[in-house]
Amino acid sequence: MAKFEISRRKFLTAASLGASGIMLSGCDAFDNQLSIGSGLRGFLENANGLTYRAQRLLAGRDALAPEFTEADIRQPQRPNGVTAPDDDVYKGLLANNFADWRLEVSGLVEKPLSLSREQLMNMPSRTQITRHDCVEGWSCIAKWTGTPLSLVLDQAVVKPQARYVMFHCLDTIDRSLSGDVKYYGSIDLIDARHPQTILAYGLNGKPLPVENGAPLRVRVERQLGYKMPKYLYKIELVDGFANVGGGRGGYWEDNGYDWYGGI
Amino acid sequence: MESVARSQSATGPDAPASERTLIYRQSRWTRLTHWLWAISLFFMLLSGLQIFNARPQLYIGKQSGFGYNNTIFEIGAENTNAGPRGYTEIFGHRFDTTGVLGWSGPAGNETARGFPSWATIPSYYDLGTARVIHFFFAWILTTTLLVWLVASLINGHIRRDLAPRLDDLKRLPRDIVDHAKLKFHHTREYNTLQKMAYGGVLFVLLPLMIITGLAMSPSMDSVLPFLNELLGGRQTARTIHFTVMVLLVAFFVIHILMILAAGPINELRSIITGWYRIDPPSHDDKAAERSA
Repeated sequence: MAKFEISRRKFLTAASLGASGIMLSGCDAFDNQLSIGSGLRGFLENANGLTYRAQRLLAGRDALAPEFTEADIRQPQRPNGVTAPDDDVYKGLLANNFADWRLEVSGLVEKPLSLSREQLMNMPSRTQITRHDCVEGWSCIAKWTGTPLSLVLDQAVVKPQARYVMFHCLDTIDRSLSGDVKYYGSIDLIDARHPQTILAYGLNGKPLPVENGAPLRVRVERQLGYKMPKYLYKIELVDGFANVGGGRGGYWEDNGYDWYGGI
Repeated sequence: MESVARSQSATGPDAPASERTLIYRQSRWTRLTHWLWAISLFFMLLSGLQIFNARPQLYIGKQSGFGYNNTIFEIGAENTNAGPRGYTEIFGHRFDTTGVLGWSGPAGNETARGFPSWATIPSYYDLGTARVIHFFFAWILTTTLLVWLVASLINGHIRRDLAPRLDDLKRLPRDIVDHAKLKFHHTREYNTLQKMAYGGVLFVLLPLMIITGLAMSPSMDSVLPFLNELLGGRQTARTIHFTVMVLLVAFFVIHILMILAAGPINELRSIITGWYRIDPPSHDDKAAERSA
């Protein structure tokens, strides 16, 4: 016991001296240990898994994000990220008012789909006034109209081994030496089947504008904005995302964001 | 510290003063949780300032005003005739804070950023990494607070040392005068201002920090929607979260100053080993009366 006391005392003294040294030397002291793939970062990232499990336990499958009233819509929905895709394919589809655009549903499904905007709009729709929370810290309330993703998944008949929905987008978010990177992202099947998760084609009573993701974007109301891809063209059911991009489940995730964005 | 030691040796009749007056003041739970908080708050502050830099504005209400103005605090940079300047605006009052807030960095390499590089982890702009760090230590901080609460209810720390008594109110004016004169009484018990400061941090500021943090989580908002209704909306919750940070930093500064003034060796020993040297009773009648 006495030995334990002494070693802890030494440890704490060293720790407090170390902490004050770091304070004095500036906060670049941790920079090198925090890059993606480093052991320390991997350890710290476990907290996101803990948050994910804790929030799933508390919120369950169907707890709804708060919905607001028309009076709370006080401004246009603030766009973020890519707001005008410069991709030729996208610009061609836009020129034709997305008449040639199709939503592809593929991967681990029994019946792969290719849906036009009219087909999607002819399915039952859901309209919700919700608060968009950006990872940067701001919020904006708007009215979204779209097709519940669960209806699309039911139509495609998801295979039992599928675990995630991967969204593929038309917009180039990044240019690297190995080519253009188009936006992609993923959610689990619980959020995919959540009643408020919709494939939105309407915003504040009008067709979804280009800056907010036309022709189709995802709304995942219990997560942050970076989990709701815009300019959607393909939904792929997968059992993992190790082989997509950097293997962390999305464009921002591959650049250091946590995969679970419910906090 | 030195004057205390001298006064002890002047009156101490037999045994060395150091042996005679050491008492076991801080339990292992108090010490362990103290240092876990210290480490957690250090990392949460510096990663939190990095997160704030992603949107260096604070708003009142459910959402951020872009089409209307509900901004009450802003750190930014602007071009002037004298070159770029950093500014901080609080309730419409603008202050030039070039070099620290808004516009800072090595001479010739300044950049527009809310809080300066030396105050954030990582030092460069990296929101994702700051969030990883922030939420890791949020779990440590919250777990530690729960462990401390249970242990301190069981071992009597809260009832014995922190619970306010009528006596505390009576001695408050004298306590304020004593602190202002940097005249400290080293006793087993906390004085009134200490009780207020520690109790305020443990029962008001830290719980408020956790509650406003949870209120900002869109997933927790689906579980506890009344939190944001109570707090006045998610953006108000974020503003309170930031304000509580400022109060915790103020507590930290005063805490360190008081430790330096009251005798850093003695204070550090008690929070590391638990042992604390108290004043001889004969030299402080009021303290003796209080502990009786």
